[in-house]
Amino acid sequence: MFDTLKSRIYQGNQFIKDIQNAPMRSQFRGLPKLCNSDCNNCSACLNVCPTGALKLNPLSIDMGKCTFCGACKNVCKTGAIDFSNFYKLSATSRDKLVITENMTEEEFSKVAIEVKKEIKKVFGRSLKLRQVSAAGCNGCEMELNACSNVNFDMGRFGIDFVASPRHADGLVITGPISKNMAYALEDCYKSTPDPKVVILCGACAISGGVFQDSSELNREFLKKYPIDLYIAGCPVHPLTFINGVLGLIGR
Amino acid sequence: MNWIKTKNNTKVNLNEIPTLKIDELREEIISLNKRPIGFFGKDWGYGTTRLFVVLADDENGDLYVSSALFEQNEKEYESLTQVLPVFHIFEREFYEQFGIKPLNHPWLKPLRKNQKDYQFFEMEGEEVHQVAVGPIHAGVIEPGHFRFMCNGETVYHLEIMLGYQNRGVEELMVKHPTNQLAESICGDSVIAHNLAYSKVMETLKETKITKRAQLIRTLALEMERAAIHIGDLGAIAGDIAYLMGASVFGATRTLVINTMLEFSGSRFGRGLVTVGGVNFDIDNEKIERAIKTLTKVEKDVERMVKTMLKNTSVMSRLEKTGVVSQEKAREIGLVGMAARACGIILDSRFDFADECFKNLALPRKIFKGKGDVNARFQLRYQETMESLSIAKRILEMLKNGYREEVLTKNENLLCADSMAISITEGWRGEVVHIALTDGNSNLTRYKIKDPSFNNWYGLALAVRNNGVSDFPLCNKSFNLSYSGNDL
Repeated sequence: MFDTLKSRIYQGNQFIKDIQNAPMRSQFRGLPKLCNSDCNNCSACLNVCPTGALKLNPLSIDMGKCTFCGACKNVCKTGAIDFSNFYKLSATSRDKLVITENMTEEEFSKVAIEVKKEIKKVFGRSLKLRQVSAAGCNGCEMELNACSNVNFDMGRFGIDFVASPRHADGLVITGPISKNMAYALEDCYKSTPDPKVVILCGACAISGGVFQDSSELNREFLKKYPIDLYIAGCPVHPLTFINGVLGLIGR
Repeated sequence: MNWIKTKNNTKVNLNEIPTLKIDELREEIISLNKRPIGFFGKDWGYGTTRLFVVLADDENGDLYVSSALFEQNEKEYESLTQVLPVFHIFEREFYEQFGIKPLNHPWLKPLRKNQKDYQFFEMEGEEVHQVAVGPIHAGVIEPGHFRFMCNGETVYHLEIMLGYQNRGVEELMVKHPTNQLAESICGDSVIAHNLAYSKVMETLKETKITKRAQLIRTLALEMERAAIHIGDLGAIAGDIAYLMGASVFGATRTLVINTMLEFSGSRFGRGLVTVGGVNFDIDNEKIERAIKTLTKVEKDVERMVKTMLKNTSVMSRLEKTGVVSQEKAREIGLVGMAARACGIILDSRFDFADECFKNLALPRKIFKGKGDVNARFQLRYQETMESLSIAKRILEMLKNGYREEVLTKNENLLCADSMAISITEGWRGEVVHIALTDGNSNLTRYKIKDPSFNNWYGLALAVRNNGVSDFPLCNKSFNLSYSGNDL
């Protein structure tokens, strides 16, 4: 008992106080920084990109496909591609995830998330989410679990993961959606009461990621139902996730 | 000779691998009686199928490879599982992938496909009932289906149905092999799978990587082991409602993975390991910081574990829960830490040591466990401390010497008509990658075996005669991968 109390005192408080402006290590690969005029069209980056996220003329990176592996940066001889440590990588529409030269941090922050009045009104103060791993590799799943740990403490914003879709206000989907998970995912969606939001979390969920050419996927779900938020990453960093969801509910 | 003897990370000429008749090969496997690490088919043209078998001799660090050819009309053979139960899952996989039926297999249920059509075992009786869970679970975890046959609160039998995660990784690997795909086979063993892949490719490209790169790889592997083990200590604490442990281990794990972020730009070390070495060198400033952090982590973990284990209500939940006997573990072929927790001596870091690990000349600590949740908890603790100390030692070595490039460029084509086998001990156990090439240096088959593939059945045995409410605890103490099994 006393040992437990001592441990508690020794550990102190470790939560990140200001999650919206939390510092990030400089090594983190976040928002791409592109410089079109430096690009000499050698296409070395295209050959190493595992997901085809890159395009030339003009240079662009689709964060919905990008695994943030940094392979393109490593082969680029002219320094046209770099990654900043900016971690707020969520958008409410798919096309906003395509980053070009003009898309700086400030610009991206301004345009990426459009707050819908009805979402803010209904979910602004409390949002309970049901996570569905549809063939996710456990990378995003571990990071989503980390969102609830003592450092990130997502629960303080009224955002939580719940055990049943019946208790949920929305779904968080990770993974490229395998054929074998397609029906369970749809079941889960139908079991969630209206109104509800759907969040795609990670490159696999948004575009199929490194699995996009697999014959074992069934991504019909995404054509049938509207998506409210796209969160980029491979895996998604807890700060990216929490800030993305806070943005969605207008906080 | 009916076998070709080889080593870990060594190229084998496909033409030198003996091709036997299946009955002959079966006799050979039974008489050699070694541990299988590969048992997979390959389409051999004109409707024929070639079955490759790789057996591991852990004591001597040798691998035995042989094969059998099935003609177009040969669609069955006498199963090995009847004699050697450890083959049960391998034969199920082979049957599912190539349709060649192992006769008299005791339990030929689907592995990754057709979950909906499968008839589960049924039990009848007055107080007998079924509990079905999944594929979507209550927590934020991967999908899988569990069917418990219970008598009151007690579990008689658990049937596990997986395959929901199947993404066709092996086919994708042949089509478009990349480090990033290897990292996504199983997102909690990023370094282990990526290392196994990189080593297979380096073997086939005949690339020799620098000592510094090898050290950084070993460092990353040990940090991954420490981070996940600490996380799992926390998860076990959480499952017995010891929330203090859950919080503290969770926060301590963050320190390790954030150090990994400094090294590689990703908390799980994505983008670090690549074919030919590693992408990032570690400068002395980072090394100093990392040594300090890891020292703190060592202290914090030790302190929390000791506090936790002094608590009798904790011990009463951990001890004698989810027992797998050593005999059973050997019979079904458990690997990795699940096997070591039963007192089996098996660790491919030592059994199939690479040059770098050999040079560290580490003493091999034998763990005397009883195969219960407590043993797996204690083993995790022991391995965490070992890994942290190895990591610190490597950091010191990197600080004081080995000033070399960390990436060796090599544009060679893959060696033609070859097979390469690579075994890496991830935190869960041995990760085995096997690649085959054709005459034009193209990959034609890529076989992956995650330790979860062997160990899921161990979990099913562990929960027998336990309360159904202890299932989460047993499950977390193994913490097996769904995606690693389903591929």
